[in-house]
Amino acid sequence: MLAVQNLHAGISGKEILRGLSMDVQAGQVHAVMGPNGSGKSTLAHVLAGRGPYEVTGGQALFDGADLLGMAPEERAAAGLFLAFQHPVEIPGVANMYFLRTALNSLRHQRGQSEVSPGEFLRQLEDKVSQVGLDRTLLQRSVNEGFSGGEKKRNEVLQMALFEPRLAILDETDSGLDIDALRVVADGVEALRGPQRAFVIITHHQRLLEYVRPDRVHVLSGGRIVRSAGPELASELEANGYGEARTGRSTDELARAGASR
Amino acid sequence: MTSTLPDLDIAELASREYQYGFASDIDTDLAPKGLSEEVIRLISQKKEEPNWLLQWRLSAYRHWLAMSEPTWQNVHYGPVDYADIIYYAAPKSKKKGPSSLDEVDPEVRAMFDKLGISLAEQERLSGVAVDAVVDSVSVVTTFQRKLAEAGVIFCSFSEAVRTHPDLVRPYLGSVVPYRDNFFATLNSAVFSDGSFCYVPKGVRCPMELSTYFRINAAGTGQFERTLIVAEEGATVSYLEGCTAPRRDDNQLHAAVVELVALEGASIKYSTVQNWYPGDAQGRGGIYNFVTKRGRCAGAGSKISWTQVETGSAITWKYPGVVLQGEGSVGEFYSVALSANHQQADTGTKMVHIGKGTKSTIVSKAISAGHGQNTYRGLVKMLRSAEGARNHTRCDSLLIGPQCGAHTFPYIEVKHPSAQAEHEATTSKVSEDQLFYCRQRGISEEEATSMIVNGFCREVFRELPMEFAVEAQRLLSVSLEGTVG
Repeated sequence: MLAVQNLHAGISGKEILRGLSMDVQAGQVHAVMGPNGSGKSTLAHVLAGRGPYEVTGGQALFDGADLLGMAPEERAAAGLFLAFQHPVEIPGVANMYFLRTALNSLRHQRGQSEVSPGEFLRQLEDKVSQVGLDRTLLQRSVNEGFSGGEKKRNEVLQMALFEPRLAILDETDSGLDIDALRVVADGVEALRGPQRAFVIITHHQRLLEYVRPDRVHVLSGGRIVRSAGPELASELEANGYGEARTGRSTDELARAGASR
Repeated sequence: MTSTLPDLDIAELASREYQYGFASDIDTDLAPKGLSEEVIRLISQKKEEPNWLLQWRLSAYRHWLAMSEPTWQNVHYGPVDYADIIYYAAPKSKKKGPSSLDEVDPEVRAMFDKLGISLAEQERLSGVAVDAVVDSVSVVTTFQRKLAEAGVIFCSFSEAVRTHPDLVRPYLGSVVPYRDNFFATLNSAVFSDGSFCYVPKGVRCPMELSTYFRINAAGTGQFERTLIVAEEGATVSYLEGCTAPRRDDNQLHAAVVELVALEGASIKYSTVQNWYPGDAQGRGGIYNFVTKRGRCAGAGSKISWTQVETGSAITWKYPGVVLQGEGSVGEFYSVALSANHQQADTGTKMVHIGKGTKSTIVSKAISAGHGQNTYRGLVKMLRSAEGARNHTRCDSLLIGPQCGAHTFPYIEVKHPSAQAEHEATTSKVSEDQLFYCRQRGISEEEATSMIVNGFCREVFRELPMEFAVEAQRLLSVSLEGTVG
């Protein structure tokens, strides 16, 4: 589904991804782990098409199509969803209106008709119950004044509503209590199926206790340095990233970050 | 359900240009170019005015000759040649003063149909009474009979002078005197038409009233004058809309609006101003120099101004309220957009005289392209204004690196118990917000429009529903091409 080959990208002339390759098949859940500054968020943003990041080499194919040549909204319509690490506030725009506009924009790009307001409400009601979002947040402005946990739930709500083929979760688990973490995990599990894939970007393996990944990758210095099955996550938790990268467990900085 | 406004039509977003820029071929009666006592006498004569009104005009003209154009505003434009303007232009009517739609020149009706304001349909379906003003004169007023049943008088200014001089004379110039300012004084001398509305004691006007202003003839100026009087306990909501053809030269529009609210009366005045703004290079467009003021004369009266200003090359207007009556309330809600090379210097004046008077100001200024937007507001609380309160919120939104937003609040408080609060913010449509929307599938243009509409929401919700939709759509169209 997603084939990234030798990807080089950076920002303001500084190279951050230095030849990253990974291959995600439909039906799989991949975890990308790594210390701060290893390029995790850059990977998420480059795949979603964020402007300031420049791709300087390599390619990324999404279902065989050139992902890097598409506008962000085209990537979304193709089925790529990014759950933001820092969801953005949009004052004055009611959350519900935003969700419906987004859903209809996606459908419009796919040549589908708009959902009727009644049908939309029905769908939304299902998903809101599923993620346990406080209903008053639907009437409020998008993410404005939401707590950290509410913002993440709102991201999971959008993921559930838009039903993407490939969802990238950019540290969606950071700063969440155990209940919110379960909401994220349940959101992934509810959508998990043979047609979909997930890339879970995370700093520590807590979320992976609830969502069992098929593959775990260690990102370091802008490339994948190690890939293995789910057992790798536990190993990283025990030994830190230094071990994974170099065979020695002396990277205190990374370890401090990893066990935070 | 939340009061979310309907979706914006993407196809409509794609229609790039100012869509009201056509000119209609209407047989027009024109006064000679330039301004003189003769021209003023001619205008007055054409309108069969009583002598007192002619004398009032002439007093204004003589006063105007000694005045000079104001220069304090933060807008820049070439000199206006007042001798090169046609001060009176009227579509020739087959019959004088059409009493029904059937008697209106078909070309004029076709023009309004093209503007999306089918006069016939307005009459039949929407239940909004419309006074249609083309260039210098009112061509038709709908629903007059039904309004008359409720005791409401709604007609063109000229007609009111003929039929209700006793109501016009005491109030004309009572809020905006003919010596008020350069443009208001010019208007007092040459004003040709506009709307008059009178709502008697205790009457709640049974429908929305609206005036649609259209400049059609080239080389002319439009100088309309509107007067609304609400007697004790009366309530009225009034809306005006404006468009003009696309022309390479600038046309002058200098209007005056006076509102009078007696005890317990309430007047809501909404404007959706979409005069031709000029092209992307800043050629052409309307110079919109307007004086609007209301007087809360009676205790507990209320005047509320809501304006959405998306058109004009230059906008210069400060709709204000003189809060005389005890406990009277003044409100000003404004969205002003300056895109391309548009310049706006707009705001309000709230003058608190009575005890316990209150005013609220919400101003949303949007600048895009090379647009320059200035908020200029005066909150004045006199020695008599015990316990007066004002709250001002003034937000500016910038789109792109070449536009500007400026804020000039003036606050004068003379009574120790009076309170004035001022909040101001300036923000940009951020890359974060746009990317977030786009990641959800929303195009950059639609996302910008959504973010801007969100920014304006506090003001839009003050508009009557159908006009809120219109305002939203206008804003989206006006923002096209300002992104990226």
